Amino acid sequence: MTAITAVPAADLTTGRKAAAQFFGDVWVLTKRSISRIKNEPETLSNVTIQPVMFVLMFTYVFGGAIGLGGAGGSYHSYLIGGMLGMSMAQTAPGTAVAVVSDMSTGLIDRFRSLPMSRAAVLTARTIADLLTQAIGAAVVALVGIAIGWRITTGVGDAMEAFALALLFGYAFTWAGVCLGMVLRSAEAAQQTGFIIFLPLTFISSAFVPTQSMPGWLQPVAEWNPMTSLAAACRSLFGNPNPATAVHAWPEQHPELAVVCWAVGMLVVFAPLAVRLYRNKGR
Amino acid sequence: MSTATSTATSESPAIEAEGLVKLYGNTRALDGLNLTVPAGTVYGLLGPNGAGKTTAVRVLATLIRPDAGHARVLGADVVDHAAQVRTTIGLTGQYAALDEYLSGRANLVMIGQLSRLTARAARKRADELLERFDLTKAASRAVKTYSGGMRRRLDLAASLIGHPAVLFLDEPTTGLDPGARALMWEIVRQLVADGTTLLLTTQYLDEADQLASRIAVIDTGRVIAEGTPAELKASIGGQRLLLTLADESDAAVAAEVLAPFATSPVLSPNGSSRLLEVPVAATDGLATEVVRVLDTAGVKVSDIAVRGASLDDVFLTLTGHAAEEKKAAAKKAKKKEEVPA
Repeated sequence: MTAITAVPAADLTTGRKAAAQFFGDVWVLTKRSISRIKNEPETLSNVTIQPVMFVLMFTYVFGGAIGLGGAGGSYHSYLIGGMLGMSMAQTAPGTAVAVVSDMSTGLIDRFRSLPMSRAAVLTARTIADLLTQAIGAAVVALVGIAIGWRITTGVGDAMEAFALALLFGYAFTWAGVCLGMVLRSAEAAQQTGFIIFLPLTFISSAFVPTQSMPGWLQPVAEWNPMTSLAAACRSLFGNPNPATAVHAWPEQHPELAVVCWAVGMLVVFAPLAVRLYRNKGR
Repeated sequence: MSTATSTATSESPAIEAEGLVKLYGNTRALDGLNLTVPAGTVYGLLGPNGAGKTTAVRVLATLIRPDAGHARVLGADVVDHAAQVRTTIGLTGQYAALDEYLSGRANLVMIGQLSRLTARAARKRADELLERFDLTKAASRAVKTYSGGMRRRLDLAASLIGHPAVLFLDEPTTGLDPGARALMWEIVRQLVADGTTLLLTTQYLDEADQLASRIAVIDTGRVIAEGTPAELKASIGGQRLLLTLADESDAAVAAEVLAPFATSPVLSPNGSSRLLEVPVAATDGLATEVVRVLDTAGVKVSDIAVRGASLDDVFLTLTGHAAEEKKAAAKKAKKKEEVPA
C-alpha cells in the first residue's frame, strides 16, 4: 500500500514514464465517457437518429428541387459526402456541453488535485467523441446504402474518405472543447455551438453545389472546410462532384485542403484547450 | 501510511502557509493567511461563509495559485512543486466530486487508477473503502441515486483511495442530517487514529471542538485567533447565560449584579433591555447562584438559560461583528448594540 506514494516525484517526470502515465490516464477517462454512453444510449441520438432523419428529409423533401448543375448524377449520391461532414461537425456542440458540465462539477477539482496528467482529461473527452463520430460515419454510410448511394471506387479510396472525415471531426472536437472551456453554462454552449455549426454546415457544398449560391457568397462557401470535406469524400467515393468545375484552390485540392484545415485547427485549439484547463480557476 | 513522507515530516509541520494572499477582483479572499499544521493532527479552520476557508484549501491543494505568499505541504511548495504535492494529498470539497452516472465502485476504481494505483490495486482498495464506509450494498448503483450522506461518504472514500498523508476536508458535514453528521465524525476520528494529517474547515464550533486538536479562527482572509479548542473557548468566555427580565427598568441593576460572573462585557442582544446575554465560565450551580443574587437585588427573572459558546459568540467577541455580517456598515451597526456592564 505504500508503493504508490513512495515513488519519487523526479521519476514521474521522466519522459517515458510521463508518456505511459498520460496514455494510462487517457484510457481510464475514455472508459468513463464510454460507460456513460452505455448507461444512457440516448446521448448518441445526435449521431444515430439525427443523420438518418436528415438523409431521408434531404433526399425525399429537398432533393427533387436541388439541381447538381452540369455534373449530373442523382442527389442521394451527392448528398452522402456532405452528410458525412455534417455528422462530424455536429458533435462539437455536444463536446462543448460535456466539457462545461464537467467543469461545473467538483469532479474536475478532484482531477486537478490528483497526480495525473493535465492534458489527459481533455484528450480523453476527444477520444470518446471520436468514437461517437465513427458511429455517426457508419450510420450515414448505412442509411446511404439503404437509399441507393454507392461507393464506385476502391476500398482504399473509401477508407481514405472516412479517415479524412474523422480527422476533420477530431479537429472540430478540440474547437468544441475550447468553446466548453470559455463558456459558463451548458445552455450557452449548446446555443453558441449551434450558431457556429449551422452556417458552417449550410454555407457549404454539403447540401447544394456552391455554384447555385449568389456570387458574393461563393468564396465563403468555397473556402469553408465543410465544402472541402464534402468535395474530398465525393471525389474519393466516386460520387457526383460539381466542385471539380470550381477554380478555387480548395475545390481543386479538396483532400489537401481538409488536411490543412484539420492540422491547422488542431495546432491552434488543442494547446489552447489544455492551457485554458490548466489556468481554470486561477 | 506513506513511508516516503513519514520520515521527512517527523519534526517539520505537515502544512505551512506564510502570508497567503488571493485576490478576486477587489475582494481579498485571502489577506495574509498564516498557518502551521503539525503532522498527524486534526487542524480546524473555523469561520463563516466567505471568510476564505475554501480559498485557503484550494491554494493548499494546488487548485489555485496564491497572488502572494508561500505554502508548503510536507515540505513541497504548492506552486513550484505542485506535482509532488498532489502525490501526497487527498481533497474532499464541499460538493461531491464524483461522476454521477458511474457506479460508486466505478468512481473509486477510476480515481484510484488516476491516483497511480494499478487497476487491480484500485479495485481491491475500492472494495476495502466501500466496506469501511458502509457502501457495499450501493456499490454498483449510479451515484445519482445516492443520498446526501452516501455521496459525502463516497467522496471521502475517493479522496482516501491513494493513501494520502495529508487530507483536506472542506466543510465535510454542511447540509448533512445529524445521523450522517455523527457517522462522518466517527470516520474522521478513525482517520486520525491512522496517522493522517487532516485540515478540516467548518462553520460549526462544536464540530471543530469535537474533532480538532488545534483551531484557527479565520475572518476576511486572515487568522484572527489560534489555539486548542479549550484555549479558544476560554478566551471568549466559554458559555453564555441568557436572561429575560420581567421588568426592563431592572436592566442596569441586573448588569451590575451579574458583572462578577461575566468573563467579558454583558451584552444586550437585539437592543432589547429585557434580554441580557452574559459570557460566563461554566461552573456547577451557576444558574442557581445567578438566580439567588438577582433575587437578593430584587430583580424578577422571567426566563434563564445557559448555552455553549457558538461561532457567533466567537466572532462577536473576536471581531466585534456577527459571523454572517460581512459589510463594514453592518459591523458598525453591530458594535453599537454592545452595552458596557
